Amino acid sequence: MNIFQKLAVKPWSDDAHVDMTVEGGFHATPAKVGLRFFLFVVSVLFFLLTAAYFMRKGMIDWVKLPLPPLLMVNTMVLVAASFALQWAKNSGRDGNLKNLRLGLVLGGVLTIGFLVGQMMVWEDLSALGYFAATNPSNAFFYLFTGLHGLHMVGGLVAWGRATSSAWRSDADVEQLTQRTDLCAAYWHYLLLIWLYVFGLLIIT
Amino acid sequence: MAHATMADDLTELYHPKTFIGKYIWSQDHKVIAIQYTITAVSVGLVALTLSWFMRLQIGFPGMFEFIDADSYYQFTTMHGMIMVIYLLTALFLGGFGNYLIPLMIGARDMVFPYLNMLSYWVYLLSVIILMASFFAPGGPTGAGWTLYPPQAILAGTPGQEWGIMLMLTSLIVFIVAFTMGGLNYVTTVLQARTKGMTLMRMPLSVWGIFVATILGLLAFPALLVSGIMMSLDKLIGTSFFMPAIVSMGEQLEYSGGSPVLFQHLFWFFGHPEVYIVALPAFGIVSDILSTHARKNIFGYRMMVWAILVIGGLSFVVWAHHMYVSGMNPFFGFFFATTTLIIAVPTAIKVYNWVLTLWKGDIHLTVPMLFAIGFIFTFINGGITGLFLGNVAVDVPLSDTYFVVAHFHMVMGVSPVLVVFAALYHWFPKITGYEFNERLGKIHFWGTFLGTYAIYLPMHYLGILGMPRRYYDYLDAAFIPDSAYLMNQSITIAALIVGAFQMVFFANVIYSLIKKKKSDPNPWNATTLEWQTPDNPPVHGNWGPTLPVVHRWAYDYSVPGAEKDFLPQNMPRGADPNAQEEHT
Amino acid sequence: MIFAIVIFLLTIGTVAFHFWSPWYLTELASNWSGMDDALTITFVITGVVFVLINLFLAYAVFKYRHKEGSRADYEPENKKLELWLTGLTSIGVVALLAPGLVVWADFVDVPEDAMVVEAVGQQWTWTFRYPGDDGILGAADPTFMTIDNPFGLNPDDPYGQDDIVVEDNEGHLPTGGPVKMLLRSKDVLHDFYVPQIRAKMDLVPGIETYFWFEPTRVGEFEILCAELCGTGHYTMRGLLVVQEKADFDLWLSEQPTFGELSAEAVAELSTELSTE
Repeated sequence: MNIFQKLAVKPWSDDAHVDMTVEGGFHATPAKVGLRFFLFVVSVLFFLLTAAYFMRKGMIDWVKLPLPPLLMVNTMVLVAASFALQWAKNSGRDGNLKNLRLGLVLGGVLTIGFLVGQMMVWEDLSALGYFAATNPSNAFFYLFTGLHGLHMVGGLVAWGRATSSAWRSDADVEQLTQRTDLCAAYWHYLLLIWLYVFGLLIIT
Repeated sequence: MAHATMADDLTELYHPKTFIGKYIWSQDHKVIAIQYTITAVSVGLVALTLSWFMRLQIGFPGMFEFIDADSYYQFTTMHGMIMVIYLLTALFLGGFGNYLIPLMIGARDMVFPYLNMLSYWVYLLSVIILMASFFAPGGPTGAGWTLYPPQAILAGTPGQEWGIMLMLTSLIVFIVAFTMGGLNYVTTVLQARTKGMTLMRMPLSVWGIFVATILGLLAFPALLVSGIMMSLDKLIGTSFFMPAIVSMGEQLEYSGGSPVLFQHLFWFFGHPEVYIVALPAFGIVSDILSTHARKNIFGYRMMVWAILVIGGLSFVVWAHHMYVSGMNPFFGFFFATTTLIIAVPTAIKVYNWVLTLWKGDIHLTVPMLFAIGFIFTFINGGITGLFLGNVAVDVPLSDTYFVVAHFHMVMGVSPVLVVFAALYHWFPKITGYEFNERLGKIHFWGTFLGTYAIYLPMHYLGILGMPRRYYDYLDAAFIPDSAYLMNQSITIAALIVGAFQMVFFANVIYSLIKKKKSDPNPWNATTLEWQTPDNPPVHGNWGPTLPVVHRWAYDYSVPGAEKDFLPQNMPRGADPNAQEEHT
Repeated sequence: MIFAIVIFLLTIGTVAFHFWSPWYLTELASNWSGMDDALTITFVITGVVFVLINLFLAYAVFKYRHKEGSRADYEPENKKLELWLTGLTSIGVVALLAPGLVVWADFVDVPEDAMVVEAVGQQWTWTFRYPGDDGILGAADPTFMTIDNPFGLNPDDPYGQDDIVVEDNEGHLPTGGPVKMLLRSKDVLHDFYVPQIRAKMDLVPGIETYFWFEPTRVGEFEILCAELCGTGHYTMRGLLVVQEKADFDLWLSEQPTFGELSAEAVAELSTELSTE
């Protein structure tokens, strides 16, 4: 049944339609469903920022900010982090604890690298006199990158918990893989968001 | 296997032994619900007191020295923000949502109990930050609960240094708390329903809370974004919302920003926020009406669809708060149309509530009095919404007391009547004790009649043209003396209504001292929370096995059945005489 | 039983209060009678709905109150009834919306020949500017604002020199023709609100907003600020004097122009310098 059929059922006489063996809705763990909703919320956040961006961009005082080439490097680093976590997850699925650990660490280190790189971009821009208050275009740049960075930091907290548990002597590979799976999904999505933000800043 | 976390196995739940683990750092949704409720109601009492101060000034201008213009605007602002966000939103979702969702859908707990606990503590933090602004230099912000820039962060507004920053910080922290809780509620409803609990067998309370939570998850980011942007404008001098300004004769550094942009973001959150409060109230009142009228809710499917349609439409009506904001006036056509379209599903809900009573067997218990009182106040408040949604009618009325009366009727009095209906309805379940019926009735009559005495005349002061957010009318020529007299009468009514709320607290304390054990299902209700093996339910809710659901939530007075209610977990055919419909 | 009676009495009482209430619209002083009519239509339609539903509610509570041995009906839904109710409600909504939108179409369409007047708000006073003989308001920007140039007029704009500026919280308008009010704010949001005019509009710093009306009645009307603008919001009171055209012209001719005021300021400055 699709959602519309489900909503059209007459519940006072629906006993024949009800599958008494199944609980819940989606065929995924609650954590995965929760994560999907969270990513949805994150998307709304960036969508609204985009709307504000375009409304504010229409005003006369907008001066475009030059994008430092370092952003390109950072993007590559974040792509690599995403790949590393995916690899960790796949390794976990194959039962290879060693590669799972390696992938996790690699993913985390690369992400920290990305964040350091973003901070360097901020430093460079302020050194050149592009402060947030100087122009709304600058302000939006700092806001977009800052919010994205904060989400990455939040991801690192979850990553930290997963990674620390990977070295416990009683590490359960299946559980660890599930955690890594969540991390990987989150990283892929935030990479997408970053590409979107980066693209938006380049195009406009 | 996918749903392993919520398996039947009780040992999977973490059972704390100490008092602190049980009642303070608790991960039990019921305890968290009570924590949310107590905090929200306490902060609500602060807001109630603030409203007294405001009314004292409006009714008796200048008689109370401690209420100067600054503090008047601070009281107004804090009253509004506390009531809307920290009381109603927190209470309906954090309080009732937490308590009812797992119990009504037959789950042992929320799917992320730890996150749920965290949600409460972060919420408490946001409340503490907000309360701290009373003690900050300059006091809380007096920018109005809408916090419109540029005024909110400029000289001339009280609390423009500390107050506004504490307010914005508190809101951002609240949004974090809400998101943690909200992800929990949504995922729990989707993933943790017990066997046989299909979407359309869920009680409307769960539907209302579920859809309201989704609205919140979509709408709060707009407040977050605007809060962060305004903080940056204030702290580091960006110009998101700040145009070139000459404030008190002084040129400021800002340039080019758009105050109207803030209003768009704010109301993109603000209007769905109305329904974040209203939809849970709609759901809960539906269940209470049905239970106490011993009759199925009329048109269940239409009720569910209406909740969904209202939820969807609530995102395309926001600019009806901005008809005179200086936005392009052509938007008025679009937003007036969408706004009045919302009246259709809303009216259907009202019809269905009344038709639920029709041919019912109405027991005028305390919860039922509040529920029927809600129908009356909601009709009144909904109808004045048709005035304000219709752009040409709105223009003369906007920013007058008509608006104040309207939104207090529709999202102040009405939801609060539902809150009390719900608190009385579920009190025996939450505490295991009976409450005092007589005190409950006294509380109802004082509240119901008193609030109407406050808000009915207030509409007419608005039509006369009295603007809102006025510390003093300074003998404006168009205001007759009788209007000031009316304002005194409204103030007195407000003081009385506020005092009547103490009857409720007296009732709670009395009942908790008296400890008269309640029947586990005193209202003979069908929904699962009344079928728990223990009363009040213990951690894990259901004992060794989860309930299995065999029917919808509204099998009241089924023809032929021996009892006038068939619980949701009662197998079909268990009462051989009941004429149950089959497909 | 009591409850049914109370609902009945409240319903009747509300209607009675509506007719008894001495507080109602102020006497109209503009062309926006359409807004008042739309309000009346809304009152009639919603009033009927209010009375019908609540009387039905009261009757239901009375008739189906619990009695020993009574039992409720079982009726999950009634498609036909629900469709009827939906249809009727939709018709009612259209009947409310249509007249409102007609008035609004008028509101957004400013007459070509409207006289242009500017009102400038600041915490917590009103000032006014009229185009001079050229009929055009000079360019203005907050960056030009000083004590001597409170309107922020561009001193190099020739259109601005003959603009007539009024700084004493009192604006005048003539009857007999539409007026387009241009609205500017120096600092925060304000709202130009004259109850008798009905139409109102926010003043937004950074942009120029507008609305139009036609003064139809000679008299003095209070201008109130209707958008919270800080501690002094409630004191932001101006006066709008509506006069016959001839009286208005006479008044206008007595007001100084921007050019005169700036020359005066320059003169004052030089006297100050010479005395030092």
